[in-house]
Amino acid sequence: MAKVTFDSDLCKGCGLCVDACPKGIIAIAKGKINKKGHSPAEITDQEKCIGCAFCATMCPDCVITVEK
Amino acid sequence: MAIVFKKPHALTDAPFHYCPGCTHGIIHRLVAEAIDELGCEGNAIGVAPVGCAVMAYDYFACDMVEAAHGRAPAIATGLKRTFPENVIFTYQGDGDLASIGMAETVHAAARNENITVIFVNNAIYGMTGGQMAPTSLPGQITQTSPYGRDVNTVGYPIKVSEMLSTLDGPEFIQRVAVNNVKNVLAAKKAIKKAFQNQIEGKGFSLVEVVSSCPTNWGLTPQKALEWVEEKMIPYYPLGVYKDRSAKKEEK
Amino acid sequence: MSEKVLMKGNEAIAEAAIRAGCRHYFGYPITPQTEIAAYMAKRMPKIGGCFLQAESEISAINMVYGVAGTGYRVMTSSSSPGISLKGEGISYLAGADLPALIVNVQRGGPGLGGIQPSQADYFQATKGGGHGDFHLIVMAPASVQEMADMTAKCFDLSDKYRVPAMILADGTMGQMMEPVVLPEPVDYCKEKDWAVTGTKGKRKHNIINSLYLKPEELEKINFERFERYKVIEENECLYEEFMMEDAEICVVAFGIASRVSKNAIVAAREQGIKVGMIRPITLWPFPKKPFRAAADKVKAFISVELSMGQMIEDVLLATECRKPVTLCNRSGGMIPSPEQVLEAIKNAAGGNK
Repeated sequence: MAKVTFDSDLCKGCGLCVDACPKGIIAIAKGKINKKGHSPAEITDQEKCIGCAFCATMCPDCVITVEK
Repeated sequence: MAIVFKKPHALTDAPFHYCPGCTHGIIHRLVAEAIDELGCEGNAIGVAPVGCAVMAYDYFACDMVEAAHGRAPAIATGLKRTFPENVIFTYQGDGDLASIGMAETVHAAARNENITVIFVNNAIYGMTGGQMAPTSLPGQITQTSPYGRDVNTVGYPIKVSEMLSTLDGPEFIQRVAVNNVKNVLAAKKAIKKAFQNQIEGKGFSLVEVVSSCPTNWGLTPQKALEWVEEKMIPYYPLGVYKDRSAKKEEK
Repeated sequence: MSEKVLMKGNEAIAEAAIRAGCRHYFGYPITPQTEIAAYMAKRMPKIGGCFLQAESEISAINMVYGVAGTGYRVMTSSSSPGISLKGEGISYLAGADLPALIVNVQRGGPGLGGIQPSQADYFQATKGGGHGDFHLIVMAPASVQEMADMTAKCFDLSDKYRVPAMILADGTMGQMMEPVVLPEPVDYCKEKDWAVTGTKGKRKHNIINSLYLKPEELEKINFERFERYKVIEENECLYEEFMMEDAEICVVAFGIASRVSKNAIVAAREQGIKVGMIRPITLWPFPKKPFRAAADKVKAFISVELSMGQMIEDVLLATECRKPVTLCNRSGGMIPSPEQVLEAIKNAAGGNK
């Protein structure tokens, strides 16, 4: 059981976490726009998260916290 | 559940001003993680460059000095000569370190100044809008090489790690990249070693980080990382170029 | 009280700096100031200080910037072409409000110029010496004794006001040997709340910086700095008046030119000409007060300079052009002779027709 949280207001929607996720459970939330005008990344299936922190490792803006 | 990954303490709460997908943010985090793990935040003094990372002084939670363009190693020298027990590091881009600040870089290395240098090589001047850098690749199109870098008129890129490793002075030179998870983890290890070396009094330790600039390369963040893999790394091979202590141990 | 010793001007600066608590010196070889570096190279390692020959003047001034950020006393020295290179770092020091001492033992210019004494960096020193809105505290010694005393004074003022200070000497002052009483060694407060020392986890981080991207912020900082300059102008002007009580002609000269002028003034007095001298000791702030007073009394001013005439502009400003000001000068490393100054005095007095 692992949990990933995004600080959506600080996310710039660059998508590097999307590519890094080995489970393919991160996506850019196309319909949403945050305070900075970006569409932030979000987790699509929390249940499948293995807590590898690859997403956070590639995140240039330190917006991801991983718990395990 | 325990937190296994969060923003390191040695970074302030200030959000980075960098463009989406710019890997400066990753490198900042790696430096801060190294500082956290070595427990030296209260002792650290960083020197910020001129260029995209100019406002690094707002992002690192330790004491910071903002340098003139290219002069960070000279300023770090002044700091280190005053406080030998403090951990002094510079954070510099390719224009800053390898063009205008080449003399400061080479001589700090030659003196084996006991400082840590983080050198971000993204083959372009980012802050000023994408001009040709000393590390721009042959044929690379930039604002000031609109027909591609012509090595016959402007010469070849400078391979900083290779060049510095020819000097007797420096302790440790390694080139890493931050284009995928594996490389980021390796980069972290190298950066931490560069700080550890200083704490152990070993001397000048430089980590060249091959990095991306999606905005000025005109690529998406993902494509930019592919470009790092396909174009940058073949020209700037990753690896340890100098590690004097390791060599001594071998003997 | 220390006893009198015979020393070169350059060495007196170096020893006085050490006695003022300076333990960090960075420089790059250039004639005619190299004795300062040589002295520091010998002395600093013996007293736990740092002497480092940098790879360039640019590096040297930035090493100074690094130490200055810690709040410790630090200095560099050079001569004219080298000071131009230091201009970048001097501007950054001023912009970051850092104290430091820069010594310019001037030689003739422009360009590579020559290696003989000059005062042609007056503009550079007093009007900023780099890009942007700023001033340095500038002092001009006229003896080896003053070389030593001003070094201590510059460190104190620079610390007090967080303004970099410059000693504007010349090749003659640097090279001449004279008896000097060196100042007593002093301690100074190294702990400054703005300095970078490492947070020790006890405070928010300090930042040494001259970058302000918001124009209203930069403007505010500049206005605040100029308020400090006003206080310096009010409190720190130094000058010497020589035979000015009944003077009808006022010679204006600093450094070596003032010593030549004194001889000429004594000779002129012997010929019955009432002439005196105002010698600015601080070149910035320029001591305007005695000039305003003198402008009411004297018939004319003569600016004696080892340049094509630079200080003369400040004399004109200070006297508000109320009396004629003429120039008596040599350039390129040449020094006016007492005879030349005497001729100028006679001309001003109306004696030479």
